[in-house]
Amino acid sequence: MSAPTETDAFEVDDSSIRRMRFYGRIFLGACLLATMVGIVALIALVFDVVNEAWGWLTWEFLTHPPSYLAEHYDPANYGDLPTGPGGIYPALVGSIYLIAMTAVFTLILGVGAAIYLEEYAGDNLLTRFIEANISNLAGVPSIVYGLLGLALFVRAVGAGSSLLAGALTLTLLILPIVIVQTQEALRAVPDSMRRASYGTGATKWQTIRNVVLPEAIPGIMTGIILSLSRAIGETAPIIMVGAATSMFAPPNLTDPTGSFAAMPMQIFTWAKEPEGDFQHIAAAGIIVLLTVLLLMNAVAIYIRNKYDRRK
Amino acid sequence: MSTEPIDLSREDNNVGSLVDRAAKWIFFSCALVTVLTTLAIIVVLLDGAIDFFAEVSVVEYLTGTTWNPRDATDPSYGVLPLVWGTLVVTIGSALIALPVGTLTAIYLSEYADERVRRTVKPTLEILAGIPTIVYGFFALSFITPIIQYFYADVGTFNVLSGAIVVGIMIIPMVSSISEDAMSSVPDSLRNAAYGLGATKFEVSTQVVLPASLSGILAAYILAISRAIGETMAVTLAVGMLPQITMSPFAEMQTMTAYMVEIGTGDASVGSIGYMSLFAIGLTLFVMTFLMNVGSMWIRSRYREEYQ
Repeated sequence: MSAPTETDAFEVDDSSIRRMRFYGRIFLGACLLATMVGIVALIALVFDVVNEAWGWLTWEFLTHPPSYLAEHYDPANYGDLPTGPGGIYPALVGSIYLIAMTAVFTLILGVGAAIYLEEYAGDNLLTRFIEANISNLAGVPSIVYGLLGLALFVRAVGAGSSLLAGALTLTLLILPIVIVQTQEALRAVPDSMRRASYGTGATKWQTIRNVVLPEAIPGIMTGIILSLSRAIGETAPIIMVGAATSMFAPPNLTDPTGSFAAMPMQIFTWAKEPEGDFQHIAAAGIIVLLTVLLLMNAVAIYIRNKYDRRK
Repeated sequence: MSTEPIDLSREDNNVGSLVDRAAKWIFFSCALVTVLTTLAIIVVLLDGAIDFFAEVSVVEYLTGTTWNPRDATDPSYGVLPLVWGTLVVTIGSALIALPVGTLTAIYLSEYADERVRRTVKPTLEILAGIPTIVYGFFALSFITPIIQYFYADVGTFNVLSGAIVVGIMIIPMVSSISEDAMSSVPDSLRNAAYGLGATKFEVSTQVVLPASLSGILAAYILAISRAIGETMAVTLAVGMLPQITMSPFAEMQTMTAYMVEIGTGDASVGSIGYMSLFAIGLTLFVMTFLMNVGSMWIRSRYREEYQ
């Protein structure tokens, strides 16, 4: 046997494999970097808002009506103000009323429509048309819903730029999402339960009322709360409907056709002021809005986890 | 309704049959509200737009390059500058969100382990849940100052800042829907490629990506449609000056921002400003409607069915 001076018979040209591995590493790096973009943007956004709001978000901010002067919001000036500090109170109350009314309308219409589609509707052309229409409605820009609200509720129905018109507009806006999520909750109820109910002689409506709905309610509530948390941050529709830019007293729930203020509108009014300090005030308002949004999401997740029996 | 159960309900039963029949029709009328909503949107937009086009010729509206409805002596109603503003923001945001979202989806679907995926995906979806007014604030208070740091003469309102925040906003739409599409590609396809000696990179880009293309394209179209209709972020970031220019640092105005401008200005009913809302709303609705239908069509036409 000669010494192994010749090239090894098993040696292969692996340059192409190494090149692919190298490309693979670069590609993975690019993927990781892309994933970081979203996360870094989220962190930057939260940091920016908290940083701008720091020192401006006080108890007085939560409990007082807005002011035209930026210095009225500055906690350092609270002591020597003749009028009292500026704040977000009427808009905060307005947003809560708006969402409460939207919740009532959405609950009735959204659950009703989902029950029809899931429990009654046959697999025919009409049903497919309704479902395609719903998924198209979900893609209509929110400002177009604002125009609908303006022409239909504010002008044609004559509700004016009111809490009622705002709530009805937001209801139509989130209805497609609520219907789809309620359908999923209804679909999760096993058919065996429906059949057991029919077996006892119950009618369809009795079965829905006594068996299907109680079983699906946690899922329905979660879906509705998550949709409402989208509605509470919507600005464009309530601008078109004509939410007040600055209201000094909270809207009156017993007078649903009166004018209303809402947090996103108030934040928009502040954010577009060129004067520097209004940026801090807008940021404080955003923190209040995001806190309400976060609380709603927390309630939804709590309900889902508490009643999730399939775990 | 995946599997139609045998209907054991006794709809012909006399007991409570009136209530039963009433219930069905009440629920049906709730479902009908969604159809009526679409009809109402179309009627309202057409009604207002017809009034508008009685005053302004359709040709001038669609081809004019100046939008200046408030000039008392010589108003001009060319929608192109507003469409241009919307187009620039949409293209700019797509240039950010489509590559970033797709690569994120590939990472989450092909590389990340289950634990990472379960944390990162919902974290990114938070971006989609943040109200758009907050993005407008973020553009003004964070993105624009960064741009101004590099290019000192950039104004407060510029289209670049708007495109960046809208891009960030639609990343999760691209990444989540694409990731769903990639995850539903069966492992047998991946394993077959590995068996042929493909690397993970090749499997991701040459097997998974083509196999989930219909879902990814649908995600792209939905994200672009969302960018077209985006309102508050671009109103705050891009500004109120309708003009056609190539500069990414220029102030512009999108169709939606113009609607907000009129909406906050309290235009009186019957004025040309009020009517123009509906003409522009109709233009916007037609654009997004075509994109949504296109997305649905792609998804059903090119869907890969795997057993």
